[in-house]
Amino acid sequence: MSTLEPRLVGFATALRRHGVVAGTSDLVDAGAVIQVLGMADRGRLREGLAAALLRRSGQRQVYDDLFDIWFPAALGRRTGLVPGTELPADPAQRRARAAALRADLARALADHDERALADLAARVVAELGHLPNDSTVGSWSSAQALDILSPQLAIAAALARLQDAADGIPGGSGDGSGGSGGSGAGTGGPPSGGRFADRFTRDELRAAVAAFRRRVEVETRRRNAEARGAERISRYAVRPPAEQTPFLLASATEVEELRRTIAPMAKKLATRMAARRRRARRGEIDIRKTLRRSMSTGGVPVRPALKSRAPHRPDLVLLCDLSSSVAGFSRFTILLMQAMSGQFRRVRVFGFVNVCDELTDTVLSAPPGSDLSSAFDDTARMTRWHRNSDYGSALLDFTDRYLEAVGPRTTVLILGDARSNNTDPHVEALRVVVERARQVVFLNPEPPRQWGTGDSVAHLYGEVVDMHECANAKQLREFVGRLPV
Amino acid sequence: MSDNRRVTSTASTRFTSVDEVCRALADVGYLASDAIATTAFLADRLGKPLLVEGPAGVGKTELAKAVAAATGSRLIRLQCYEGVDEARALYEWNHAKQLLRITAQGDGDGQWDALRHDIFSEEFLLARPLLQAVRSTDPVVLLVDELDKADVEIEGLLLEILGDFQVTVPELGTISATQRPFVVLTSNATRELSEALRRRCLFLHIDYPDADLEQQIIRQHVPDLDATLAESVVRLVGRLRDLRLRKSPSVAETVDWARTLIALGATELDEAVIRDNLGVLLKHQDDILRATKTLNL
Repeated sequence: MSTLEPRLVGFATALRRHGVVAGTSDLVDAGAVIQVLGMADRGRLREGLAAALLRRSGQRQVYDDLFDIWFPAALGRRTGLVPGTELPADPAQRRARAAALRADLARALADHDERALADLAARVVAELGHLPNDSTVGSWSSAQALDILSPQLAIAAALARLQDAADGIPGGSGDGSGGSGGSGAGTGGPPSGGRFADRFTRDELRAAVAAFRRRVEVETRRRNAEARGAERISRYAVRPPAEQTPFLLASATEVEELRRTIAPMAKKLATRMAARRRRARRGEIDIRKTLRRSMSTGGVPVRPALKSRAPHRPDLVLLCDLSSSVAGFSRFTILLMQAMSGQFRRVRVFGFVNVCDELTDTVLSAPPGSDLSSAFDDTARMTRWHRNSDYGSALLDFTDRYLEAVGPRTTVLILGDARSNNTDPHVEALRVVVERARQVVFLNPEPPRQWGTGDSVAHLYGEVVDMHECANAKQLREFVGRLPV
Repeated sequence: MSDNRRVTSTASTRFTSVDEVCRALADVGYLASDAIATTAFLADRLGKPLLVEGPAGVGKTELAKAVAAATGSRLIRLQCYEGVDEARALYEWNHAKQLLRITAQGDGDGQWDALRHDIFSEEFLLARPLLQAVRSTDPVVLLVDELDKADVEIEGLLLEILGDFQVTVPELGTISATQRPFVVLTSNATRELSEALRRRCLFLHIDYPDADLEQQIIRQHVPDLDATLAESVVRLVGRLRDLRLRKSPSVAETVDWARTLIALGATELDEAVIRDNLGVLLKHQDDILRATKTLNL
């Protein structure tokens, strides 16, 4: 156990650096997990440690990556593999080597052979992934290996194999394996050619190739970690969790992950905003509570208990900058808009570039999870004269046309970077909104040190409203947590 | 069967190995993935509550029921909803009975002291699920279902129970559990649960099972289903789950659909069968439209 403890602590430190808060008590649990489970089964150890160290599902990806670095599946070159690590300089030889591996990959894919795929990932890294010069993160490169291998080309070959197997030709196209054409897909009986489910084969193979790519990446990290130390690799070679990905840079898959983290937060945000209004209604007596309370005075209702008011759902007005400079941020804006719309009694959504337009119907009628960015690409109704954002005239326009949307119960949430292209910020228009609304909050994707630099008018608006930095889901969570209850 | 198991295990734990968890759960009809079995085993061994998250219909609640059935424990369930409070979750004084007791006693001077202590004794305490679980002398599985539906305040109430397996009633003092209940909390993640609560639990995320396991689950629930058909069903459902629908088909719906196919006497999956019965699998009209379009039905 003694060599294990520093490893566990190192693992936890790496997790913390990637935003997974694993406290000392979690670490004690993790130690107990290792004691109870033993180290014999790596898969179970992974699940067991995850149970002790993780708190939410969005952290799983980064956990898995780090687990593979700190608790590697093997040491060095896996036994039973060909040692050929040097990449041949001659392109023809390279292609031949890649083609051989690809044929094996096609066979493994067609047979759904998990074991063969795992071995193959190790071989691909060993035979194609070696870099001529060491880079800072080690001498192996998954990008190089996958580039030469082009695993997507194996899909067609695997499809052909499956088709041959279905047609009853054993063996396939000359790569005579021991397998009797038994695709995992056809175990139950003789698969007939035109079955409906076979339409999915191509999609399934595509997903399997994507999984294979991840395997190669994991294997590369493992070999690099061995050469460079787990600590160093976990710092540089692991993708940060979706929570910490800046909204401006999020990719399509990350947006999907973000959607899952943002939805529950929107609910919390809504309850936090509603909480202020929760107080006892005057005059109405809650019989049950009063009787219960009277017990301590011998059945005499000395202190009557009043009915508490059901939490009130406030109104929400969202005012979103949808100009191209915050394109990535507005994707987050749209996610938040959709998530919040379910939580409030009345939501109205306005988008602006330099004039305002009401988008409530567009947002509310769209199915959840659908990409609305394209719906807002046509910013014609949000622009006048030019296509640059102008917060001043947008606010003026809002107070001119839509001020009736803001009432004493309304919370106004403004989302944008407050970069107004050197135009008049019209702070007085924002003041008008602040005076009418119950609460106005400004979420800005830029860090505070950039507020007021260049054409940013964030510092001017910040004097009138609460302005918060909100560049990733983690900061959104912190903002929600800080809201007064 | 369960008696046997209780003899072999030590007094405080229910299971001796992960494999045993797998077997015991399979015996009562719950096919657990390795992750589920491992975490359930650890929850039992380390004596920590188990917080289960995941999409609807993947068997979060079923897990608690299966653990109860496999260990021969009583299942105590607290179903959470918006507005569930202390009196519904923890305990309540039976005030009607207390009043009755006071009136029956009459107004004698000396009797008041005795009465005052008497009406706050266990006899007048109505135990709600949480207190029941703590007070039970038999082994119990406590299921706090859909915790995310409850208000934030209820989480504070749970902390004492989850941390120390005890309940404090001001008039009575602290009641500690005589045996440690197996606690399962489930959440659909519609609301963020507090860090304090998460810290006290082991965390398990149950996702849709992989194709092999789902096939086994379907074969177990619908034994009449032909193996090839079961496989086609699982592949179709897997494809549907990739489509980013409003509500992806869950395991429960897959099983329902398999039953439908049996009832229809279908031997093979084809366009017509799928088109006519997609409603069993998908519950929203726009989901059905989208699936029909993508799958060329």
